[in-house]
Amino acid sequence: MSDLHKLTGAYAVDALDDIERARFEQHLAGCEDCRAEVAELRETASLLTDSVSATPPASLRASVLAGISQVRPLPPEVTVAAPTNISSTRAHRRRPVWTTFLVAAALIVVAGVGVSAWSPWSTEVPRLTAAEQVLQAPDAEEVFVDLGDAGQATVVRSKSEDRAVIRTEGMASAPDGKAFELWFITDDEFTSAGLMPNEADQTVVLDGSAAEAAAVGITVEPEGGSDKPTTEPIALFDLTETT
Amino acid sequence: MNHVRPVPDGAPKGAPSGGDSAPIGGAPSPGDPRRLAELLGQAAQGDQAAFAQFYDATSARAYGLALRVVRNPAHAEEVTQEAYLDAWRSSARFDSQRGSAAGWLLTIVHRKAVDRIRSVEAATARDETWNRETAPVDHDQTAESAHAALDATRVRNAVATLTDVQRRAVELTYFGGYTHTEVAVLLDVPLGTAKTRIRDGLIRLRDLMGVAT
Repeated sequence: MSDLHKLTGAYAVDALDDIERARFEQHLAGCEDCRAEVAELRETASLLTDSVSATPPASLRASVLAGISQVRPLPPEVTVAAPTNISSTRAHRRRPVWTTFLVAAALIVVAGVGVSAWSPWSTEVPRLTAAEQVLQAPDAEEVFVDLGDAGQATVVRSKSEDRAVIRTEGMASAPDGKAFELWFITDDEFTSAGLMPNEADQTVVLDGSAAEAAAVGITVEPEGGSDKPTTEPIALFDLTETT
Repeated sequence: MNHVRPVPDGAPKGAPSGGDSAPIGGAPSPGDPRRLAELLGQAAQGDQAAFAQFYDATSARAYGLALRVVRNPAHAEEVTQEAYLDAWRSSARFDSQRGSAAGWLLTIVHRKAVDRIRSVEAATARDETWNRETAPVDHDQTAESAHAALDATRVRNAVATLTDVQRRAVELTYFGGYTHTEVAVLLDVPLGTAKTRIRDGLIRLRDLMGVAT
């Protein structure tokens, strides 16, 4: 019995931090025993509320009823994909990020040599993607952060390109209903740099100007993101330490 | 000021919630579980009147829980409203095989309440930023205020059988909104022990109160 099983109680009462929660939800997807236990322990915890009943103001009822009149309930979930399949598909999709780059780099070399041969309809020299421009910039500097079981991430920043890129490997998914949001940090000022796609392995160009940023951070935000971070960063990439 | 929970991590400490009395306002209307599940089923088909009935039968517990966790009445109202809107939207996803309708709703409320206090605290912590003083937390008072909430007949007997650490771990997480690592610090037990005690405690309550899904 792995240690993860023991987190059912803490998960049931929302006592995990965001990273632990994301990890545990991945575990839950493939562990029927834990799902059943979580359901029971949540039910148990909800009984504790018998002692804290409080009549809400009447205005709350009016707001709730006004609110529901403007949205239709979501349709039921009709696909019955076994969660274990989902996780194995995920595992299959994972591959070291660098292989992608090797392939991409090889393609570029070929392209440089024989543009007209493979692309006769285009007279333009194939352009590097925005991410490749940063990764291949002569002044590219990178910071690696190991998030333990939650994965690994590297931020690469090029001042001359004024852009930064984040690469992740085996990154845990954001918790249900949440998203990982990227931030440029300058003098404690957080500027949103966009949301990370929910993929374990990915390379994403951050939105916005990167040259002045002292650090890049990742926080867990409600789906759709926030203007300002609402939680403590789960990862910080200190760009002042690079040489 | 009754609206701020003590912060375990030495961040600026709100006034400890002295004299915290659990609000025992509205009639606890647990409602017939089967009836509540039916109402949710009707809501899933867009029946607003059914959802209004569902609200009437559950709102005292939902709001009471939100208020207990976030403490600030205005925040508690927002949390409760968001939770009901979520419940309405996802009513078709409720599975009566997995638990009661009230339990399902209260799970949503609890999650939102905990998210709310943590994000409020994160914002405060950022304002004060990087040089935190390590103000000692008054362990006894923290545990004490959470404890007050458990004095109700329905659960009292079951809770009374928990060990001291189990009881406080469950209270601090469920009503205090603390993480298990914070609870370990508050209760001065080794990291990893708190999560075990939370689970042991809940399992014991489950068995004593006959919860089965």
